[in-house]
Amino acid sequence: MSLATRIIPCLDVSNGRVVKGINFKNLVDAGDPVEMARIYSEEGADEITFLDISASVEDRKTTLDVVSATADEVFIPLTVGGGISSVFDVDQLLRAGADKISVNTAAIKNPNLINEISERFGAQVLVISIDAKRGRTESGFEVTTHGGRNSTGIDAFTWIEEAISRGVGEILLNSMDMDGTRAGYDLELIRRVREISSVPVIASGGAGDLDDFGKAIESGADALLAASVFHFGIYRISDIKRDLSRKGFTVRQNSTLRQN
Amino acid sequence: MIAILDYGSGNIRSAQRACEKTGADVVITSDFKTALEAEGLVIPGVGAFGSCMNGLRAVKGDELIKERLDLGRKILGICVGMQVLFSESDELFNGERISGVGVFPQKVEKISAPVLPHIGWSEIESNTDSGSFADLNGERFYFVHSYAVKTEVSGATNIGCSYGENFVAAIETDLITATQFHPEKSGVAGLKLIANWAASL
Repeated sequence: MSLATRIIPCLDVSNGRVVKGINFKNLVDAGDPVEMARIYSEEGADEITFLDISASVEDRKTTLDVVSATADEVFIPLTVGGGISSVFDVDQLLRAGADKISVNTAAIKNPNLINEISERFGAQVLVISIDAKRGRTESGFEVTTHGGRNSTGIDAFTWIEEAISRGVGEILLNSMDMDGTRAGYDLELIRRVREISSVPVIASGGAGDLDDFGKAIESGADALLAASVFHFGIYRISDIKRDLSRKGFTVRQNSTLRQN
Repeated sequence: MIAILDYGSGNIRSAQRACEKTGADVVITSDFKTALEAEGLVIPGVGAFGSCMNGLRAVKGDELIKERLDLGRKILGICVGMQVLFSESDELFNGERISGVGVFPQKVEKISAPVLPHIGWSEIESNTDSGSFADLNGERFYFVHSYAVKTEVSGATNIGCSYGENFVAAIETDLITATQFHPEKSGVAGLKLIANWAASL
């Protein structure tokens, strides 16, 4: 197949600095999001995601500068999520150089936000981020907020179908059961969401071993997002791509063209 | 000088920076005269076909494109900036079918694939090794779209791609280079394409 499965590193950014940055040998400043994004891009990342975890609105303002500085140097797609709650926020980030925006809690509180963003900028800019956890709702998966701590009572599958019909371009599917465990992606969740989703599904949460990535692709993931395995230097993006390629999965190899 | 047409369409910062990397002077403009006189004109485009066409017409972009072609000046259309060069799109806007600039008679159609949009890096099949596509056969480029031109564009070099079905990933004529993918978001390969194009100006 022609389309490559995307490998997407996620950087948690707070007040303009990377939280949990790792120490690459050639990295001058592990807390600099621009430099981290550049290195990930050179290693073969297919896309970069910034998750803004700033505590205050004041701190969040620096995110726009980070996005601009990254877009000026890194020529792969850039997705920004965290704390986005209005069309105005989206407009500012797109103008700063973001390609896609992910929304989570704000869309749960106000589902019409999805329609507003999608009508203004096109569904392709909008990623709906869903923190799903096993729970007592109909499908057995519930939508949560605050890192899985707060239940919403909303069924994850009902919400995914609603978000797609309102107009999103992709689903970022975070398994709150697997998040941080490094015990593997939630394959059941991926498989079931793949069955009902007409838009691409980005699997997130649980990546630990090299084998986990291939299993998630076999379960239907169109893209794989990971944070910890990169932050803690367990694997490089190039390790994952080499392993997937060896197992027969389609990934984008670094261009043989010289970068200058 | 390269002008990037500013008609209210999405993220043009990356296109600007990618063009600047070639060493060219780059200006973002909605001024007709500036855009007409630049050696190269980039027409970006993200979002719905209809809203891009409305934005384009608001800055007389349709006339600008035709006038530049009459004067023998080059154009690079990116994503919906490629689609607007065609006669029309199946992508309805407020329930209506919107006409394109119509440089080419083909229409833009919805891709038939189980998962849309087509988002990600796909390989292009090029049987040319010249012009903007020199050295790029078999490279992967970043796509984000649900619609594309599906029939061969006669009188142009056609670069193919497949997602669910075959579609036209890019075309090139003496004056027009147009890509359904985003070269400004396609890493080294994309920068190479833009450098090839800039070198031809």
